[in-house]
Amino acid sequence: MKIPEFLRRLWHRLGSPRWFYETTASWLPWFAVLGGLLVGTGTVWGLAFAPPDYLQGNSFRIIYVHVPSAILAQSCYLLMAVCGVVLLVWRMKLADMVLAAAAPVGASFTFLALATGSIWGRPTWGTWWEWDARVTSMLILLFLYFGLIGLRRAIERPESAGRACAILAIVGVINIPIIKYSVDWWLTLHQPSTFTLTEKPAMPASMWVPLLLNVIGFYLLFGLMVLQRARVEILERERRTQWVQALTARLTGAPLPDGDGAEQAA
Amino acid sequence: MTGAPVSAPLALGALPEPRPGRLFLGQLRRDLALAVRQPAEIANPLAFFVLVITLFPLGVSPERETLAPLAPGVLWIAALLATLLGLEALFRRDRDDGTLEQLVLRAQPLYLAVLARMLAHWLVTGLPLTLLAPVLGGLLALPAEARWPLTAGLALGTPILVLLGGVGAALTVGLRAGGLLLALLILPLYVPVLILGVSAAELAVVRIDVAGVLAWLGAGLALAVTAAPFAIAGALRIGVEAG
Repeated sequence: MKIPEFLRRLWHRLGSPRWFYETTASWLPWFAVLGGLLVGTGTVWGLAFAPPDYLQGNSFRIIYVHVPSAILAQSCYLLMAVCGVVLLVWRMKLADMVLAAAAPVGASFTFLALATGSIWGRPTWGTWWEWDARVTSMLILLFLYFGLIGLRRAIERPESAGRACAILAIVGVINIPIIKYSVDWWLTLHQPSTFTLTEKPAMPASMWVPLLLNVIGFYLLFGLMVLQRARVEILERERRTQWVQALTARLTGAPLPDGDGAEQAA
Repeated sequence: MTGAPVSAPLALGALPEPRPGRLFLGQLRRDLALAVRQPAEIANPLAFFVLVITLFPLGVSPERETLAPLAPGVLWIAALLATLLGLEALFRRDRDDGTLEQLVLRAQPLYLAVLARMLAHWLVTGLPLTLLAPVLGGLLALPAEARWPLTAGLALGTPILVLLGGVGAALTVGLRAGGLLLALLILPLYVPVLILGVSAAELAVVRIDVAGVLAWLGAGLALAVTAAPFAIAGALRIGVEAG
């Protein structure tokens, strides 16, 4: 299989955190403006103009936040596992920086999905918490995120922390489908009869278009957050390199420190 | 390093290469011998297992009708926590005295050494738990028809717990606050084993065939045996480098 030339060059360039830092600077406004517009439109449309659900009334509108968060919570874990593979196989520093940047963002989206789900459950199921299959899987996903964040905090050397987190992310991503399957199966054993939610009818376009806008918008805002956090991570880890010191000197107007701190990028 | 004539590097190649099977058995024998000489390390998780199970009737109710439906879950959760308790020491001594470093540096695959280490650990923790479970099931009024499915589930499930736990133990080897972190890393991964293991016992009570559930546990064990030692080996390498 022939790999296109531009992909090959991109791949090599991704090996340089500096290139990534400088290139992504111009991406940020696009992510922010497009993401903001999409989420703004989708949310106003979904909350104010979409028709109420015939069964759940207005309480269904929380899906415009709940569904995108839940999708992102899972996508983010997948992203981290992919970064983990890239880090372990190609030893690409950037992958570790993205892995580190993504974990807290993913945990936040997982929490948001759980919280909005719980708020929705109150009027719909009549309880704040129900051991539903998806709720349970999400809760376990949240613990997996906590584990990744905790492991990174616990290991002092950033290189070791990154590779340990990569292994954990890969083990986690193999286990997520197994956990999901087993939880689904567990619920068919214990299914409480009180809350059988009828299959939702197919949504009309006026309901799902805003949802789609919000999902895409959430992805863009997620991208913005991860990029921004990864950029900070890059600056922090590369703080001893000349280009970062030159950058900070330019931004703060401080003179370049002479020599001893400024090593070449390894 | 200059001056002295470069002697032939310690002729590793000249030593007879141990065959994988002998390597595995040698490692297993060593780890078992070490475990037997530290009886407290074997006995403590078992004592913990028995104690937790004793606490349940005291805390919940001694009535047979109340205990019986809880019994499979209680036995499994106690087994899971007892396994977790034993994991922290899994690689600690080997790391402290440098054995781990030698294992990582050795030319032979780390995979085999890890697999032998995990098997030895299971033989001294998981296996006794499994053998005790039917007896302790009696204390918790476990229905007779659930006794053997529960034991079979533990026999297949505890090695998975040990192997998955090994990943966590290897990742946290040498960390000061390793114990609590280990629980956080590993307990979410134990969910499927817990669910399947408890279901085997519960299905047996309502007289549904449990072969399917046990087959799933067996599949999980096959996956864990093949994949987990790679992750453990990788994590140990990182731990040794970081040390």
